[in-house]
Amino acid sequence: MTLLELLSSLLTDHTIRTVASGTAILGVVSGVLGSFAVLRKQSLLGDALSHAALPGVAIAYMLTGSKSPAVLMLGAGIAGVLAILVLLNVTSRTRLKEDSVLGIVLSVFFGFGLLLLTFLQRNPDARQAGLNTFLFGQAATLLTRDVQTMAVFGGLALLLVLVFWKEFKLLSFDREFGASLGLPMRGIDILLTTLLVVAVVIGLQAVGVVLMSAMLVAPGAAARQWTDNLGRMTLLSALFGALAGVAGALVSSLGSGLSTGPVIVLCISLIVLVSLLFAPNRGLVWNWLRQWRNRSRLRTEAVLENIYLMSSQHADPTHPHAVTALEAVSGAGNVRRSLEELQRRGLAVPHSDKKWSLTAEGVRSAQARLQPAKDADHE
Amino acid sequence: MDKQTLAVQVADLTVAYQEKPVLWDVDLDVPQGVLMAIVGPNGAGKTTMLKAILGLLTPAAGHVSIFDKPYQEQRSLVGYVPQRGSVDWDFPTSVLDVVMMGNYGKLGWVRRPGAADRRAAELALEKVGMADYAGRQISQLSGGQQQRTFLARALMQDAQVYFMDEPFQGVDATTERAIVDILKDLRADGKTVLAVHHDLQTVSEYFDWVMLLNVRRIASGPVDEVFTDENLRTAYGGRVGFLNKKP
Repeated sequence: MTLLELLSSLLTDHTIRTVASGTAILGVVSGVLGSFAVLRKQSLLGDALSHAALPGVAIAYMLTGSKSPAVLMLGAGIAGVLAILVLLNVTSRTRLKEDSVLGIVLSVFFGFGLLLLTFLQRNPDARQAGLNTFLFGQAATLLTRDVQTMAVFGGLALLLVLVFWKEFKLLSFDREFGASLGLPMRGIDILLTTLLVVAVVIGLQAVGVVLMSAMLVAPGAAARQWTDNLGRMTLLSALFGALAGVAGALVSSLGSGLSTGPVIVLCISLIVLVSLLFAPNRGLVWNWLRQWRNRSRLRTEAVLENIYLMSSQHADPTHPHAVTALEAVSGAGNVRRSLEELQRRGLAVPHSDKKWSLTAEGVRSAQARLQPAKDADHE
Repeated sequence: MDKQTLAVQVADLTVAYQEKPVLWDVDLDVPQGVLMAIVGPNGAGKTTMLKAILGLLTPAAGHVSIFDKPYQEQRSLVGYVPQRGSVDWDFPTSVLDVVMMGNYGKLGWVRRPGAADRRAAELALEKVGMADYAGRQISQLSGGQQQRTFLARALMQDAQVYFMDEPFQGVDATTERAIVDILKDLRADGKTVLAVHHDLQTVSEYFDWVMLLNVRRIASGPVDEVFTDENLRTAYGGRVGFLNKKP
C-alpha cells in the first residue's frame, strides 16, 4: 500500500476514518492540557490520574452492567476526580511530599482496578465487555457515537482552557503571585487538573490507562522545544498530538496484529526524539553546533592575541612567527585552522618556512580586543 | 497632620510550621509613605512574615489591616515582588507578558489584557530601565533583569503598599541603582514599601524605617532610632561585629 493510498483510506474507509478522528481528538485534547502539565512539572500527575481511572471503569460496569463506552468513561472520570481529591487532601494534611502521594495514589488505585478486572474476568459476560482493552486501549472498537462523545467533552475542555487562559498561565508561572492578587488559585488548580482528567478519559478507550500518560507529556515536551510562546506551544502540542493520533491509526490499520495505542505512542515518541535533537535553539544538535562554533571562534581569537603578544616583544608588530611556536603558546588545538580563518578575514598572512604574521588590520584588531579588557578591569 | 496615617498594621501575627513557631506574636505599625526594611538573621521569619501578611500562608493567629481595613478588602491596594528564585524563568513567555500579569487581578475573569494594559506595561518597563526588553523571552534575562521585570510587574499593580522579598538579592550595580531610584519615586508619590533586606550596610542608605526581626519583633521604627548596635546584637545574637554604622 502506498502512502497516498493509506492517506486516501482516511476519506474512503469508514472504520479508519472513525478511528483516526477519534485518535486525532484525543491527541489535540491531551496535547493542549498536557502542555500545562509539562510546564508545571507535573508529568507524574497525568500518570497517576490515568492509572487511577481503571477502577472507575470496572466499578461502572459492575454497577450498571453496561458496556457502553460513555458509561465506562463516566466511571473513569469519577475515579479520576476522586483521585484528585485524595491527592490534594493527603498532600495538604500530611507531611508527605507530593511525588510520594502521587506514587501512592497511582499504585493503590491501579492495583485496585487490576484486582476488580481479574475478578470480573471470571464472568464470561464481562470478558465480552472487553474491559481489558482499557489497559492498553483498542482504538478499533471506536464507534461514530464514541467519537462524538469524545468531541463534545474534548471541545468543552478546550473551550474552558480558552476562557481561563490567563488564569491557567498565571497558575503555571507564578501561583503565589496569583494568590496575592486575590485570585482563587486553588480552585483554578482543581479546574485545570479536572480538565486533565477529561483528557485522560477521552484517551482511555483508544490508548488505555498505561500509555495515556505518554500522550499527556510527550506532545507538550516536544512542542516546548520549538517555541518560547505559551500560545504557540499549546497549538503545536495539539498539532503533534493529532499528528501522532492519525499516524498511529493509519499505521495500525496496515496490520491486523498492531494495536493502535502503542503505535500512537511510538509516533509521538518519534516526534519527541526529532524535537529534542533538531529543534533550533533548544535542540541538542543545535547546541553541539553552537558550542563547536564558539570554541573555534575563541580559539581563533586566542591565536590572534598570542601572535600579537609575541610580536609586541619585537619592534615590528607584524613580525612573523613559526606555527610551532604559536602551538606551544596556544596549547593544543588546531592552530593552523585558526590561522587560516584569520587569513580569510585578512588579519594574518602566511610567510615562507611555516611562519605567520599579522597584517596591519590584524594588529588593530588584536589591540582593540586587548584594550577594552584592560579598561573593564578598572571599572 | 499630627498623627500619621498607618498604611499597614499587623497585630499578634503568629505562624508555626508543625508546632515550631517561626513567627511569634509580631505587632507592627507602618506609617504611610515610608520605606521600611525588614532585617534579621537567616531563619528569622522575614519571608514568612511577608507571606503571612499577604495571606499566602495561613497564620496560627493574627490580624492584618491595610489603611484601617482588613487585608482581604484592601487587596487591590497591595503590590507584591516575590523572590525572583521562586519561579521557573524557563517558562515560555515574554517580559511584557510577565509585567502584564500585574493587572490580572483587576482584569477580572475571561477578559484578556488589551492595548491599554500593553501601554501600561511598557511604561512600567521604562521606569525600571527595561524598555528595550519588552519582547525578550524571559529565559534570556540576567538575574538583575529578572528582578526589574518583577518590579515592573508590581508597578503595573499601581498599588499603595508594596511588599518586596529581597529585591536587592544578587543583583548587579545597575539594577541596584534602578531599584533605589524606584523606591525613592514610590516614596515621593506617598506609597509605602516593606522590603525584606539582607545587607545591613545599606539599610540606612536605602531605607528610612527598619524592623528587626528574629522570630519575635526586636524593634521597629525610624532607622536612626532603632537601628542601634544593641538592637542588632539582640536580633543577631552578637554576631555583628563587622558592622560599621557611622563611617
